[in-house]
Amino acid sequence: MKKILAVDDSPSMRQMVAYTLKRAGFEVYEAEDGVEALEMARELDVDLVLTDINMPKMDGIELIRSLRGLPAYNGKPILTLTTEGSMESKMKGRDAGATGWIVKPFDPETLVATINKVL
Amino acid sequence: MSMDMSEFLEVFFEECSEGLDVMETGLLNLGNGEVDVEEINTIFRAAHSIKGGSATFDMVEIAGFTHVMETLLDQMRSHEREVTTAAVDLLLESVDCLREMIDAARDEEPIDEKRVDDLKKRLEVMLENKEEGADAASEPEAETPATESAEGPKKGWVIDFYPQPDILKTGNEPYRLFDELRQLGELNVVCNLNKIPDFKNFDPEQNYLGWRLQLITTVNEQRVREVFSWIEGDCDISITPLSDEASARESKADAAPTAEAQAAPTPQAEANAETSEPAPKAETPAPQAAAAEKPAPAAPAAEAEKPAAKKPAKAKKKPSGESGSIRVSIEKIDSLINLVGELIITQSMLSQFTDEFDMSQIESLRDGLSQLTRNSRELQETAMQIRMLPISSSFNRFPRLVRDMSSKLGKKVDLVISGEGTELDKTVLEKIADPLVHLVRNSLDHGLEMPEKRRELGKPETGTIELKAYHEGGNIVIEVVDDGAGINKERVFQKAVENGIIAPDEKLTDEEINNLIFEPGFSTAEVVSDISGRGVGMDVVRRNINELGGQIYIISEEGKGSTISIRLPLTLAIIDGQLVKVGTETYVIPMLSIDESLQINPKLIKKYKGKIDLYKLRDEYIPVLRLHKIFGLQTDVTNFEDGLLVVVEAERKRVGLFVDELQGQQQVVIKSLEKNFRKVDALSGATILGDGTVALIMDVASLIRQHLLSQGKITNTSLEAA
Repeated sequence: MKKILAVDDSPSMRQMVAYTLKRAGFEVYEAEDGVEALEMARELDVDLVLTDINMPKMDGIELIRSLRGLPAYNGKPILTLTTEGSMESKMKGRDAGATGWIVKPFDPETLVATINKVL
Repeated sequence: MSMDMSEFLEVFFEECSEGLDVMETGLLNLGNGEVDVEEINTIFRAAHSIKGGSATFDMVEIAGFTHVMETLLDQMRSHEREVTTAAVDLLLESVDCLREMIDAARDEEPIDEKRVDDLKKRLEVMLENKEEGADAASEPEAETPATESAEGPKKGWVIDFYPQPDILKTGNEPYRLFDELRQLGELNVVCNLNKIPDFKNFDPEQNYLGWRLQLITTVNEQRVREVFSWIEGDCDISITPLSDEASARESKADAAPTAEAQAAPTPQAEANAETSEPAPKAETPAPQAAAAEKPAPAAPAAEAEKPAAKKPAKAKKKPSGESGSIRVSIEKIDSLINLVGELIITQSMLSQFTDEFDMSQIESLRDGLSQLTRNSRELQETAMQIRMLPISSSFNRFPRLVRDMSSKLGKKVDLVISGEGTELDKTVLEKIADPLVHLVRNSLDHGLEMPEKRRELGKPETGTIELKAYHEGGNIVIEVVDDGAGINKERVFQKAVENGIIAPDEKLTDEEINNLIFEPGFSTAEVVSDISGRGVGMDVVRRNINELGGQIYIISEEGKGSTISIRLPLTLAIIDGQLVKVGTETYVIPMLSIDESLQINPKLIKKYKGKIDLYKLRDEYIPVLRLHKIFGLQTDVTNFEDGLLVVVEAERKRVGLFVDELQGQQQVVIKSLEKNFRKVDALSGATILGDGTVALIMDVASLIRQHLLSQGKITNTSLEAA
C-alpha cells in the first residue's frame, strides 16, 4: 500500500484528506505542521507528501525545501494544497521543489485522481 | 464518491471558533501600535483556514465573506496596506459577523444577510480605496475555468517538449504527463536523444531527453497546456496545431477512438459538469457522438455529487449544548493509556494471590495493593485532566470586551492577562465565564476613574486591569485587579444601612465593609449605566461562585484599587472532604470550607438570648450548630466536652459545627442527590465510602443560611457585638 503523508494545520481539512485517501486505498499519515511532517517523513519514508502552504512553525514551502534536501525525497512526488488559484503560492511551492499542486476546495475524486497521476 | 461530510462538520465548527478567537486576539494586538508581521500572518492563516474549510463544506456565503477579509489581510501582510485603526475595527466587526454566520450554519438557522452584505460591501470599499488596479491584476488571475474555447477545435496538436535537466528532482516524471495526454486523445511520442552527453559527463539523476508529441484530439490548446501547468517554466514547450492534411488523414481513420477517449469521464470533465454547464457544446461533426454521449455519464455523477455535498449541510448533528465535545491533546490520552497499562500489570500481579494464599506472601500483597492505590490515584488525576481546559478560552474574550467598553466609557485601560494557561474543569470554566465578565465590567465601570480624574490624582492616565489565574493547593485562584478608585467604605456602609443589610451601629472591619458589596440587595452605582448595571448584582456573582463550591472576596484600598479573588475547586466531580461522625452517621464536610477543628473548652461557651450557643474563638464569638439536632440524630455525645468543634466558613460567615468525632480526610466522589432523589437543603450530594456505606456531603453555605440566619435572626452584627 502506498504511503501518503498529509500535512495541514486544519484538523478538519486533514481529516477530509485522510478519509478520502484512505477510502481510495492509501495508507495515510497526518502531520499538523512542517516540523512534525519533516520528522515523520524522515521516519516513515512515505511515497507522497501532500502539504498545505500556510502553517505555523514551519510552512509548506520550507517543508518542501527541507524534504528535497533529503536523499530519500529527491524526486518523490510532493503536492501542495493551495486554497485559491493564487499563482503566487503555486509558484512558490514549485520553486521550492514541489511536483505540483491541488486546488482547495477539491472534490474527493479530483484529489484521488491527481494523486494517482503522480504515484 | 459520495462522502458523509457531516462527520467532519463538528470538527470544522470547533476549528472555526478557535480560528475566530485567534483572529480576534491577533487583531486586538495589532491595535496596540507596533505592527508585527507574524501577528498578521497568524490572523491571515486563521482566516485562510476558515475560508478553505467553509468552501469545502459548501458554505458559500462564509467562504465568500472570508475571502474578502483574507484579501484585506493579505494586503496588510505584504505591506501594501497600512494597518489602520479603521481597518482593524472593520475586521473585528467582520470577525463578529463571521462568528454569527458560523453559529447560524451550525444551528441551521438563516444568516442575517443584510448585515453580511453590508459588511462585505464595506470591506470591498476599503479594498478598492487602496489598490486601484495595481493589485487588482493579481485577483482575476485566480481561476480561469477550463472550458473549451469558442475558437473551435483543431484536429490536434504538435507539442515540442524539452524539460530542464533537473525536472526529475521535483518528481515530475515525463511519462506521467504522457499518460495524462493520452486521456485527451491519441498520442504519438518521438524521443529526441540529441542532448545526451557522453558517458563521462552523464549524471543519472538528470534528464537529457526531449520529445515531440503528436496529439490527435478535439480539445483546445489551453487544455493541453494545463497538462503541463505544473512544470510551466521548467521546460521549453511549444504547441502548434497539427498540420491540416496530416490531421485530416488521421482524424478520418481515428474518429471513433478519439470520440471514445473523449467520452471517458476524466475528472476534469466531471468537475466542469458539476460546477457549470453540463458539458462543452458539440463542436464538430466528428465528435458529435461523443458530445451526445458525454452528458449521460457526467450528469448522474454531477447529481450524485451535489446532494452528497448538500445533504450533510442540512442534516447537521445538533450540537448538544456548549459542551458537546472537547479536544484533548494526544499527550493526555497517551498518559492515560500508559496508566491503564500499569493498572493491568498491577492487576496481574495481584491475581497471583489465589485461594492458596499463605502468610508468607503478605509482603508482596501489601506492595501490590499500595501500587494499586498509586495507580488508581494517578489514573483519577489523569482522567480529570482530560476535562481540564486552559482558562485562556475564557480570558480571551476580555481584550475585546475591555477595548469596546473603555472606548464607550472614554476611559483608558491596559488589560494585563497572566496565567491564561492555568487549567480547570470545563464545566467550571463555562460557569465562571459570566461572573468574570461581570467583575471585569464592574472594575472598568465603577473601579477605574476617568483619565482627567486620574491625572488630578497623580496616577497614570491609563488604568490597569489585571486578570490572573493560578493554582494554589487544590484550588484555582482567579483575580481581577484594578488600580482604580477602590471601594468607598463610607458610602458602602451607608448604603448597606439604607438597604437594611446592617444596623447603623454595627462595627465592621474594613474588610467586612468591602465585602458587603456581595450582599443581596446591594448596589452602589448611583447611576445605573448600560454597562455594569444590568440588574445583575454582585450577590448573583457570589451565588454563582458558591454554587461552584468556590468563594469570592474583595480586598480594596481607597484610592489605590481593588482586588477581587475567586477561589474555585479544580473540579466539581471530586472534592477533598473531612469525614465526621454524628451518632451512627458519617457526614462529609468539604475541606475548602473548614477553617479549623478544635476541642471545646466548655468555659468558652456562652448562651445568646438563652437559645443559641456561642463559642469564643480567640477574639470572636461564633455560633455553634449541633449537627445531631439539625439532622435529628440520636447520639451519646451531647456534652460539649465530649465532642469536637469544626469551624467552617461560607459567605464570610463563620460557625462551629458540633460533631461527635472526626474520622479522616479523603477525596470523595460526588454523587448527585438531585438526580437520584431530590434536592435536600443543607446537603450538596452524597458519596460512597470505602466500606460501601453512603455518606452525605454538607453544603456549608446553605446550612449556615438556614439554620442560623433564619432561625435566630442573628446577623453578623449581633454575633460580633456579643
